Amino acid sequence: MIVAVASGKGGTGKTSVAVNMALSVGNDQLLDCDVEEPNAHLLLNPNVHRTEPVYVLVPHINEELCYHCGECAKFCQYNALFVSPDKNLFFPELCHSCGGCTLACPRQAITEEKRRIGALKFGAVGDLKLVYGELDVGEIMAVPLIRAVKNQIQDNTNVIIDAPVGTSCPVIETVRESDFCLLVTEPTPFGLHDLKITVEVLRKMSIPFGVVVNRAGIGDNKVYQYCEEENIPILMEIPYQRKIAELYSRGVPFSLEMPEWKAKFQALYSEIKRLVEE
Amino acid sequence: MKQLTILSGKGGTGKTTLTASLAVLARNAVFADCDVDAPDLHMLLHPEVIKTQEFKGSKLAVIDKTKCDNCGVCREKCRFDAITDAIEVDPVACEGCGVCAAICPSDAITMIERVSGYAYISKTKYGFMAHALLSPGESNSGKLVTLVRQNARILSEKENSDLIIIDGPPGIGCPVIASVSGVDVSLVVTEPTMSGIHDLQRALQLIKHFNVTPLVCVNMYDINKDNTDKILGFCEENSIKVVGRIPFNPKVTEAMVNGKTIVEYSPESDVAKEIENIWKRCKDSL
Repeated sequence: MIVAVASGKGGTGKTSVAVNMALSVGNDQLLDCDVEEPNAHLLLNPNVHRTEPVYVLVPHINEELCYHCGECAKFCQYNALFVSPDKNLFFPELCHSCGGCTLACPRQAITEEKRRIGALKFGAVGDLKLVYGELDVGEIMAVPLIRAVKNQIQDNTNVIIDAPVGTSCPVIETVRESDFCLLVTEPTPFGLHDLKITVEVLRKMSIPFGVVVNRAGIGDNKVYQYCEEENIPILMEIPYQRKIAELYSRGVPFSLEMPEWKAKFQALYSEIKRLVEE
Repeated sequence: MKQLTILSGKGGTGKTTLTASLAVLARNAVFADCDVDAPDLHMLLHPEVIKTQEFKGSKLAVIDKTKCDNCGVCREKCRFDAITDAIEVDPVACEGCGVCAAICPSDAITMIERVSGYAYISKTKYGFMAHALLSPGESNSGKLVTLVRQNARILSEKENSDLIIIDGPPGIGCPVIASVSGVDVSLVVTEPTMSGIHDLQRALQLIKHFNVTPLVCVNMYDINKDNTDKILGFCEENSIKVVGRIPFNPKVTEAMVNGKTIVEYSPESDVAKEIENIWKRCKDSL
């Protein structure tokens, strides 16, 4: 089963929920797909035993064959190529690696070469396996790196994915093909507003989902009203407690210091399983 | 005209809360909400929309099933796994590259423009505002950010304003780069947690990469004073100016629930006072 943990609003406790659940469940693999700002490893302090560079394919123009017809630039939907009578310019950060330019070139003057965008890191804490991606600073394209992280998904494992924040392409790529998506929110107007946007995305993608209300007790009760009206199950509430906030600030998953939470996260995972099998 | 972008790297550190307060304190500024996939600034500034623009960020492949003979070449060549086994386009995965349309031997595929969201120009009590909303499941947030910034620039020229205050998205990827490139100063809001520190460092690297002057502010600094000291130490070592330390105060959430900025909701609070200091120091750096 693949469970993604997501949130439209940042800082609602996505990583905390993903890590605590992963530590409680067993036989699992945690994938941190927040490749722009991966944080799960900061709570887990894994022994990182392998790092693998991740590349995307970008065009390489063979100047000897090119006669500057401009077909490649005309084809490129992302304005990554500019062709003038005496010069070709390529803007790698705009390239989506679709390979269209190689097809468009009438003289087969374009081949593809690798360009590094980040790295995959493999770590372990006990029997929990962690894979995370780290986008190189200044790189734009998070999506290919997210794909590379997801390619590491192992069969017959409890896979938990920590998604990036927001609702746009990186999030969509992350939650695609998940069996369930756990949405972490907080009971505030910002939390509710961003939750509603995320719910729309998941409905469009036909992925079943449920909500975790973090920092319960702050704000107001509109998140609860919304979930009731929309028939969205609230699967867990984590109260606002200074102790939890302090443990997080020190980089300690709170279920390790507050063992009653281990059973709660196990129950949460069983409930998700039940909902998926239903 | 100067541009100031509020960033954080990590989400939920208080970017929007701070941006809205700065918008209230600034005189003669234009505001831009560049967190286009989950914009929140409007909930504190209550803009009245004057103009709505369609945002056409990309194209979408459409298969004419009457012409398609299910050969599957499109599926094989698509690098985005956007064509299903049944030879149908998954609109969420399609990045509009046009490869499928180009290689289809039956000419069954056309590329159509898709509306991926809307950009707005609005009026608030405090000044004009450019913002947007990406439609659920759409891509190209970077391009939409660029459109919002363009709108903000036009507004600022028309209104003769001297500053654009930009609320940036979390992260360091495409929409963040679009929000920070070419601005004068970027204020990074962080929190004294391990993730806050880690993400601050990556955000600062990005800001440096784009030759923008960095400023730092620590929000909820009293949750973990040791970590706050680490952040202050790191900034000192790297000659980065720290413009303020905001204490934790439940009044901030109260203000949000009431749809108000903290500087209006509770002007005498320690948080509001510190934000006024932050604003003064930001102005000095601009």
